[in-house]
Amino acid sequence: MKNNLKPTHRFEKDISNCGLTGFISKSGKLVEGSVIIKSIALMHDRGNGLGGGFAAYGIYPDFKEFFAFHLMYESGMALQLTEEYLAEHFLIDHHEEIPTRRNAAITNPPAFRRYFVKPLETAEYKEAREFQNMTDEDIIVTHVMRINNEIEGSFVVSSGKNMGAFKGVGYPEEIADFFRLEDYSGHIWTAHNRFPTNTPGWWGGAHPFTLLDWSIVHNGEISSYGINKRYLEMYGYLCTMLTDTEVVAYMLDLLIRKHGLSPELASMALAAPFWDMIDSLPEDERQLLTAIRQVYGSGLLNGPFAILFASNEGLIGLNDRVKLRPLVCATKDDFVYMASEEAAIREICSQPDRVWSPRGGEPVIARLNPGVI
Amino acid sequence: MLYKSVNESFNEFLIDRADAKCIRCKVCVRQCAYDVHAYLSGEDALTEDNSLCIGCRRCSALCPTGAITIRSNEESFKANASWSSAHIRNLYAQADTGGILLAAMGNPAKYPIYWDHLLLDASQVTNPSIDPLREPMELRTYLGKKPHVVEVVRDEKTGKAKLATKLSPQLKLEYPFIFSAMSYGALNLNAHKAMAAAAQELGTIYNTGEGGLHKDLYQYGKNVIVQVASGRFGVSEQYLNAGVGIEIKVGQGAKPGIGGHLPGEKVNDQISETRMIPIGSDAISPAPHHDIYSIEDLRQLIYALKEATNYEKPVSVKIAAVHHVAAIASGIARAGADIITIDGFRGGTGAAPQVIRDNVGIPMELALAAVDARLRDEGIRNQVSIVVGGGVRNSSDAIKAIALGADAINLGTSTLLALGCTLCQRCYTGKCPWGITTNNPYLAKRLNPEIGAERLVNLVHAWGHEMKEILGGMGLNALESLRGNRYKLRAVGLSDQAMNLLGVMPAGE
Repeated sequence: MKNNLKPTHRFEKDISNCGLTGFISKSGKLVEGSVIIKSIALMHDRGNGLGGGFAAYGIYPDFKEFFAFHLMYESGMALQLTEEYLAEHFLIDHHEEIPTRRNAAITNPPAFRRYFVKPLETAEYKEAREFQNMTDEDIIVTHVMRINNEIEGSFVVSSGKNMGAFKGVGYPEEIADFFRLEDYSGHIWTAHNRFPTNTPGWWGGAHPFTLLDWSIVHNGEISSYGINKRYLEMYGYLCTMLTDTEVVAYMLDLLIRKHGLSPELASMALAAPFWDMIDSLPEDERQLLTAIRQVYGSGLLNGPFAILFASNEGLIGLNDRVKLRPLVCATKDDFVYMASEEAAIREICSQPDRVWSPRGGEPVIARLNPGVI
Repeated sequence: MLYKSVNESFNEFLIDRADAKCIRCKVCVRQCAYDVHAYLSGEDALTEDNSLCIGCRRCSALCPTGAITIRSNEESFKANASWSSAHIRNLYAQADTGGILLAAMGNPAKYPIYWDHLLLDASQVTNPSIDPLREPMELRTYLGKKPHVVEVVRDEKTGKAKLATKLSPQLKLEYPFIFSAMSYGALNLNAHKAMAAAAQELGTIYNTGEGGLHKDLYQYGKNVIVQVASGRFGVSEQYLNAGVGIEIKVGQGAKPGIGGHLPGEKVNDQISETRMIPIGSDAISPAPHHDIYSIEDLRQLIYALKEATNYEKPVSVKIAAVHHVAAIASGIARAGADIITIDGFRGGTGAAPQVIRDNVGIPMELALAAVDARLRDEGIRNQVSIVVGGGVRNSSDAIKAIALGADAINLGTSTLLALGCTLCQRCYTGKCPWGITTNNPYLAKRLNPEIGAERLVNLVHAWGHEMKEILGGMGLNALESLRGNRYKLRAVGLSDQAMNLLGVMPAGE
């Protein structure tokens, strides 16, 4: 177990810049992994071979009632401790190795397993539900934080229902090959090609970052990281992954899941409009956005970024408020595409109905049609 | 030969007068509030009593021919690393009088200044810096209690989201600066007019200090925090409702644990009317509030003031930075304050016992870091805003304070300097030669409130420009993204312990 008492102000933030792409079928059509691989592989030069990753939704329909835990283990001891921990706290419906294929590009991969689980009704669980007002989701978050923070060499790659993240050190097409992503089909896919500048290759440091069914791929640097991290710590989120991207996942979890803001309003907190603009709005909107900036000022993501965040509800693209990183969107029938480069979209959708560059701070929100899941 | 005491003979300053340049205009005689200069009509010559000189430089500044230079007196006691000249002079003064040594302005002693050990970050390559001349750059700050959550309802007619949470009252500052609490009485009306007008022009706030609000200044209400101190001077229902916020002054950085004393000689008709005390009577603020002997009493006063103002004004509680400041601040937050104002040991005063000013309290940098961290550990940082004062000398000190976790900065000494103060540290004499801390009409008219306001506005504009440059360089375009963002600070030459207290990493890491 790691020492929990170390001062939290001592940390190393990863600085990385990247390419990203993603799409959604709003009607829930399942698309094979080969499509997203083709799109991200086109932007090979936006990465440097030190990180690639994917998030896929709708891939575990047989287990959609269970939280799908993707676990990464750096040692046998980590595996043993984690499995003991999981057995103690969860009903495990099914578990297995995540199928992989060794290829020449991937060196020294950690072990990957997945578990389809529900919280066990332990005394601790009852205490949390009955006396601490926690939901099942809150309890899952606590367990994820605990595993990541306390079990050396063990890392929760994803923990949402009917979704999974696959990531590691290598170019994204190599990671896709390693995880045999062509065997999966999903209705939302995101992918990331990473260009880190200061970390040794750590598989956990690749994107996407996830929490429950939130997954984030991010191109940029969050200059406000120092305060975003401290703000989240106040609400029990431990930032353990040495990167600024995880704060985005936790901010979304806080704003949308816990505080009940709509994705639109959460985007207004993360990439807030300027005061000059807010001041000029009609009274009701002015009051609302003023309050959001007043209350969530410490959560404002400042610095250059383009982010795709996906969940079982849909896919959202967001730029920083002065658009310092590229993000292009397109639609075709019920598909919405978002990527760093238009070419990455046209590679998999040659005749889009509409292509545009969203403005800084203006979220592009593509929801699954009602009833799809 | 007549014996002269040490304090007469070992004076601090010498006046150099170039006789060839002197045109006998006698400006020096008229301008000196301490009767240093004298004109000898028989010899048509000017002379001086160096022992009375306080080093304010008023005479040399106004001498039309530049004939006067004020120098430090190089004649000194035998060098002694333990007994400085100041120690010896002070000891003689006390042996002469049997009294407490008085002092003014902030602690001038040689303690570590943490600002000078903190360095700021800037963007290179991976993150573009932002040019504030081309891109928006926001300094706006709201002070007051913030809820954890913004709740929203759908408007039934339009379907649009509408704010459901009613926020506590907030103070809006276009710059994160407040002209700090310096009472009417300690400062004259011209100084108060300058601060009030500057606050209005800047879209920020002026704090009345404990001497009430002069009737001519009620018009500036939207830019005023009214202060309630242990003497309750000038406090009425009308006064409490005159501004946009209320501050309960518990302590002051220059003199933690000590009350205040405005000598009766300074209490003229206007001050008497504003403070609601008889002309010529001493205005004494007790050391404690006699209705606050513990934290639960503070809570009662906070809510009494909120009741009196219909819960429309945020209430600040100002304390001096002392040893257990973090625990005290946590108590204040839980007692219902909307703002905690922390005054560091370099904060100024019009008058304080020197032994207190120079030895009691702790540096604001450490107090601020401890309070911000403690409130976060307890999950209540959003419940209060933190305003700090005491030792901010320029925009970089201010921005480092913001990065450590301050919401806004109180400007006391900086305000006085902008108004013309030269830090001679003799405010308690009531003879301020620059017309700031004096109620003598002859001296007070030296401070032109319009010019004073303009200089204060200039100062804040200048610091604002510099802060925007620094923010832009870091790739940030809103001050709230730096607030509490200690990752943007690195320490040089500090111990591990100091870095842990400040929550900063060493330069190079």
